[in-house]
Amino acid sequence: MELGPYLMLAMLEGAVMASVLALTAVGLSLVFGVMRVVNIAHGEFFMLGAVLAWVITQMVGGPPAVGFAVALVAAPLIVGAIAVAADMTILKRVDYDPERTIVATIGLLYIIQQLTLMGYGPDARPVEAPFNTRLALPWFEFKEGALAMYWPWGLSTTSYKLAVIGAGAAVLCGVWAMMARTRIGLVMRAVQADRDMALAFGIPVERVYAMVFGIGAALAALAAVLIVPITQAHYLMGADPLLLAFTVVIIGGLGSLPGTVVAAILIGLSDGIISVFFSPTLAKILATLLVALVLVFRPQGLFGTRAV
Amino acid sequence: MNERARVIALHGGLLALLLAGHFVLPAYHHGNLARIMVLATYAMGYNIVFGYTGLLSLGHSLFFAAGMYGMGLSVQHLGYSAGPALLIGVLSAAVVAAGSGVLALRTRGVAFMIVTLMFAQAGYLTVLYFGEWTRGDEGFVIARGARVLWGIDLSDEGNRYLAALVLFAAAMITCLALVRARFGRTLVAIRENEVRTQMLGYDTFRAKLTAVTISGAISGAAGAAYGLLFGYAGASFAGVEYSILPLLWVLLGGAGTILGPFIGTLFMFYLIDLSSGFTTAYMLIAGVALVLLTLFAPQGIMGEVRRRIWGWLP
Repeated sequence: MELGPYLMLAMLEGAVMASVLALTAVGLSLVFGVMRVVNIAHGEFFMLGAVLAWVITQMVGGPPAVGFAVALVAAPLIVGAIAVAADMTILKRVDYDPERTIVATIGLLYIIQQLTLMGYGPDARPVEAPFNTRLALPWFEFKEGALAMYWPWGLSTTSYKLAVIGAGAAVLCGVWAMMARTRIGLVMRAVQADRDMALAFGIPVERVYAMVFGIGAALAALAAVLIVPITQAHYLMGADPLLLAFTVVIIGGLGSLPGTVVAAILIGLSDGIISVFFSPTLAKILATLLVALVLVFRPQGLFGTRAV
Repeated sequence: MNERARVIALHGGLLALLLAGHFVLPAYHHGNLARIMVLATYAMGYNIVFGYTGLLSLGHSLFFAAGMYGMGLSVQHLGYSAGPALLIGVLSAAVVAAGSGVLALRTRGVAFMIVTLMFAQAGYLTVLYFGEWTRGDEGFVIARGARVLWGIDLSDEGNRYLAALVLFAAAMITCLALVRARFGRTLVAIRENEVRTQMLGYDTFRAKLTAVTISGAISGAAGAAYGLLFGYAGASFAGVEYSILPLLWVLLGGAGTILGPFIGTLFMFYLIDLSSGFTTAYMLIAGVALVLLTLFAPQGIMGEVRRRIWGWLP
């Protein structure tokens, strides 16, 4: 195969990753933007989503599509509820003090991870995709002056992967619409802009915080349900999405939603391409250092407006 | 007793107690305490930056690992003996700390935390990437022959305990001298109000950088000693977990106190050790401890002691 089809394949894989990453990172970014809370346990909410997807599909049974559909709705709701409970019992009580919430969410991370290990076990388990047709992709090339279309061997994707990309885009549009067009979004933006003033206007800030924390966690869980038929559910799977989501949120500018989406696409695509053509570990080292340096020299990120 | 005498009596008393432990402790706890003293040295190094300067670093595993690998690799591939290797370990940790400090200290607050985390992650991945030399996750065993310092075989349990005690005492005396000196007061001033400290004419960037470098060197000394005393170096020591552990120990024992890191390490070690007798869920216990701590004792054990009883505790 020539370079072109290879590149296209890498970009498709990258796009799948980008859409899942964008969902996870938008959740993290929302929580940071509105609440000014760095949620170290975000990756564990992601992991919980994947594990719950496995549990739910096992419980529902029947054709894979039914169980998956139930998981797609139920897992984010459950994870969201857990997050709301964590917010009300822990984060509210430490008064959202930045350093103490970091420590508390590290504690939460350990608790969730260990409970999952005890309840679910150390195995990685697959969830069957609701549909998984192989689609061969055409490739266009100029041959002897004319545009020719042919199907190179191996250049294919699955219908499920395309659906993940579509679902990711749809949910992101939904989040954007919620923030920009609804009253809930307005309230959230008001709390983000000036917490005290919002409180003075009678906005129940603590309830908004709980809701935002829940939505953020639910988005991570949703992303995990979408990706779990492609990867697998494992109790240690939360670390990578956490670091990547951090990376995305920083590059995009802390708390900026458009920046987060652009950065997710950037990171997803480049990771797909670099991992195919170079060593994945080297790619990760370079990406990590690059992000750290972005933060050092441009603390507000690419799209951010205010310094951290 | 005046304050100075009290401080000397308290800290000297702990060291004397630990020395006495060498002769009376049963073998199992004797071994545990040696490990605790090395890890507490790491926590004391961390405390300089976190407790006294008020910088929440999540990247100290980088310095611990720099010490460990600086020592381990020079033994393994350059054939150095324990003494020079130990020195190389401490130096490489100090250099890495100064280098990453120059960059990371340009940021503050949450950004500082994330940048240090990312530097440490890059370090961890680097250890994996050069698996040919570092043997990655699997790690490598440091040969018994290389673990002899000035004719003392450190793989012997008695010598190991005494060596750990010497390291711990040296680190404690260094920290004590540091925080009681003018420089230590400057660090506390930066923790309390950096802008005001700056206005008083202090170069706060330089002070913070010095604190990070010293902290890195102490952490690196602990890492190098860990490798020498227990004969093993592996990538897991460079992972995120080893950045979070000292934070946990320091918080538990009391940030910004000299004895806090030791008390915290001791407490956590035995909490996990005792609980692992009837459950394997030590992470659950660590997690619950962290959450309870942030909720009910944000100042840690020695912090509460200082608040309630001994106001003079350094």
